[in-house]
This record gives sequence, structure tokens and C-alpha cells, in this order.
Amino acid sequence: MCLGVPGKVLAIDGLSATVDFFGVKKELRLDIVDEPVQVGDYVLNHVGFAIRRIPPEEVQETLALFDQILDVTGAKEDLMAADVRGEIAAGKDKP
Amino acid sequence: MTAPRDLFAELKFRDPARARALADAIRHNVDAIGRKVSVMHVCGSHEQAIARFGLRAVLPEGLELIMGPGCPVCVTDGPEVDQAVALAAQGARVCTYGDMLRLPGTARSLADAKAEGGKVDVVYSVAQAVELAQKHPQDEVVFLGSGFETTAVATAAIALTELPGNFSVLSVHKYVPAAMEIVSEIEDTNIEGYIAAGHAATITGWGIFEPFARRTGSPVVVAGFEPLDILAAIAKLTELMVEKRPEVFNAYPRCVTKEGNVPAQKVLWKVFRQVTGTWRGIATVKDGNLDLREEWARIDARKRLSVDTSGVRDDAAAEEAKGCICGAIMLGRGKPTDCALFGRTCVPESPVGACMVSSEGQCRIWHTYGGAPDLRGVGT
Repeated sequence: MCLGVPGKVLAIDGLSATVDFFGVKKELRLDIVDEPVQVGDYVLNHVGFAIRRIPPEEVQETLALFDQILDVTGAKEDLMAADVRGEIAAGKDKP
Repeated sequence: MTAPRDLFAELKFRDPARARALADAIRHNVDAIGRKVSVMHVCGSHEQAIARFGLRAVLPEGLELIMGPGCPVCVTDGPEVDQAVALAAQGARVCTYGDMLRLPGTARSLADAKAEGGKVDVVYSVAQAVELAQKHPQDEVVFLGSGFETTAVATAAIALTELPGNFSVLSVHKYVPAAMEIVSEIEDTNIEGYIAAGHAATITGWGIFEPFARRTGSPVVVAGFEPLDILAAIAKLTELMVEKRPEVFNAYPRCVTKEGNVPAQKVLWKVFRQVTGTWRGIATVKDGNLDLREEWARIDARKRLSVDTSGVRDDAAAEEAKGCICGAIMLGRGKPTDCALFGRTCVPESPVGACMVSSEGQCRIWHTYGGAPDLRGVGT
């Protein structure tokens, strides 16, 4: 539950952002993000809120971790992957 | 041999050669210390990574890697759960994160309350609980807010927005730094270094651990969640232990700064205050709980609604979970495999103790991953 998941900001409307998480579009809140966020930035999501703008030079490293966590083909149950999916589900669905 | 400091600079995440080099550096440091030492991490997500990748298998025998009170669900006390169960029994719609559903109160869980016809909803975000309040204007909607400061800050942000009149918060949020203080004072564990949780520190910043490191004489390393992040953190931690430097080192700079997320801290402390509370199986933790400040009484479920737990609280039943050693496990005095119930009468489908309920509980994690080494040739 405290893992946090990175996503790419596609659009911003006030304190709400449309964010792409590995192909799933969600609406995230920007109330408590640490720095101003722009379209194209990556943010760390926790329970539906952006909690950090990820510095651009660190995006790839951060994404690599989550690619790996989500790639659990064959595992009967994977707690990390389940937590990541839960974090993604925390955002509001966007069409 | 390459010094751990240099390994940091070239850290890449899943390179077995680097993992082996880190394991060598750790072994080298532990040899230099020359006696058995224990280090503690305080994060369920770290334990998931450690168990999933079998990291303990590559550590030297002289080093014990212990999980401390890193599962906010596990430390939520039985009588706190009773309050949520009582509210559901009184007809309120109780919303909470999924891990809380099967967490036992003194006698019953929210899952029990739901099975008995109570309105209990699982949400992934406090924002979804607010939506439920808008959708069910006839219900009192109570958000049972669990989690450490990283999660509490989301609850705080919602409190600052315009909320429907039928929404309130039952806060069981906890504050990690307070738990580290408690653990450091326990006498029969011998922990000489700490790994701080990366994402909790995203909010608080790593600077918050400096007084702790100085006072306890134990170094603290902030770690990320990659297997190599964790090994690198242990390499750095043992290096600081060799050099007897009780400092804080940030091994997760891509997410953590010294100051942390200052806007989020402002929001957190505007809404919450630290109060002393009982953590299940651990102790009374000074300043360990986060309660809504007086100004937020109108959305504080404990003040807004009369919570009567007399019908659901059963301290005798709580005593019945005898043999469960969750408390000892969370304090670093025992392992899941030391428990006679583990995997026998206590399983994820019917948990006896709190540590088998949450995906961040050590028993649940060990039960799922079997603690089996899986670092593909590293350390062989």
C-alpha cells in the first residue's frame, strides 16, 4: 500500500491530472504534489494522489522497477503486483 | 574489490554481477564488524521485495535482516477496528482500503460486519469514499483511514476540500518515525542499523531521521524497492556501521530529498496532530497515531457520530488468539516461521493474527513467497 506507482501526465485541469499508467488512463489529484507539474512529466501516484514529480533523468529507472513488478506471468499470487494494481485502481477512470 | 560507494554510482537494477558485487561488499563489511549484527527495515513493500527476490539468501550469516513495524494495517489496534465495526452495525456505510476488511477487531472484522448485512465498501482512494458519500446522500459515510503518513496525507488533502455533509473520517493513521523510536528502545533486540522506507520518506524527507541516528548511534539508510536498491542500502548501512558513523544516507535520491514533500507536510499537519496510541501487539507508542485536529471535528467520525463499541468489543475473544506471535514478529523478536500457527491454522484465507491479513504483513508475505531464494544464481 505504500509502494506508489509512476505515470505520465497527459493533461491537467486545475488540481486534477489525466495520467497514463502503463496504458491505463486515470485521473489523479495534484493537491499534494511536491513541485508544479506539466504535461509530459512523470509523477508518483499513491492512493489517487500525485506525491512526487519524478525528476526526468530518473524516470527510466523508476519505470523499470514497475515494469518488472507488473510482469508476473505464471505467478499464482503476487503481492507487489497486486499492490501496484491497487494503486492504479485508486485513480478515477478516464475514457 | 570495488568500494560500496563506487557501486552506488553505477547502480543498475537487475544485473546479477552487480548484485553479487553488492553481496560481496556486505560480506566484507560484516566480516569487518566481526560479530553478529542485526539491521531492521520498517516497510511492508521492502519485505515483499526481500522475500520475492530471496535477498536474505545472499546475506552473510553474521547479518540478520529483520522487518519491524512496517505494516500500518497490522499495528491497527483491535479496539480501533471495533469502532469501525460498531459504526457499520449502527447503519453507517464504512469505506476503507481492502487490507482492512479482514483485520480482526477484538472479536469481529469489517468483513464479518458486511456478512451480517452491514454496509462496508472497499476503496482504493479516499476520493472514492467521498464519491460514495455523494452517491448515497441518505447514508452516513465513514472513511476508515489507515496507513502511514504517505497515506494520511491523502486523507488530509481531502479534508481541505469541499465535502458532502454526510462524510466523515475515522482516522487510524500512524506515524512511522514514532515507531522507530519505540523499536530502538526495546531491550532484547540488538539492532544496529535501520533501513527507512523510501516512499514514506518521500513525504517526510530523510532529514527527519538525523536526530534519531545521532541519539541511537545507529545509521539509517533510505532505500528504494528494487532488489539492488535494497542490497545497495544494506551495503551502505553496513559500511556506516563498520566506520561507526551514525548518519543518515539517502540511497533513494530519485524519490527522496532531505526536506521531503514540503507542501504535503503542510497539508498533513494542518489536518492531523500526533497523539499517543496503542499499536497492536507492540506498545503504547508516544506520538504514534495521527488524529484529526479539533478544527476538523465536523468530519471526525469519533466526534460527529456516537460510536458505541459495547456490542462488538470482546476482550476475552481477543485473548483467544493465543499462540499468535504477531507482536513479537513486529518487534523483530521472532519470525513467522517461529509461530506454531503459521501456515497451519493461520493462513491468508482465515488469518488469526494481523500480520497474515495485510499484503504488507510479514506472515502474509512469507506465506505467499515461501521465503524461497530466487535471485537467479546470485550468491552461489
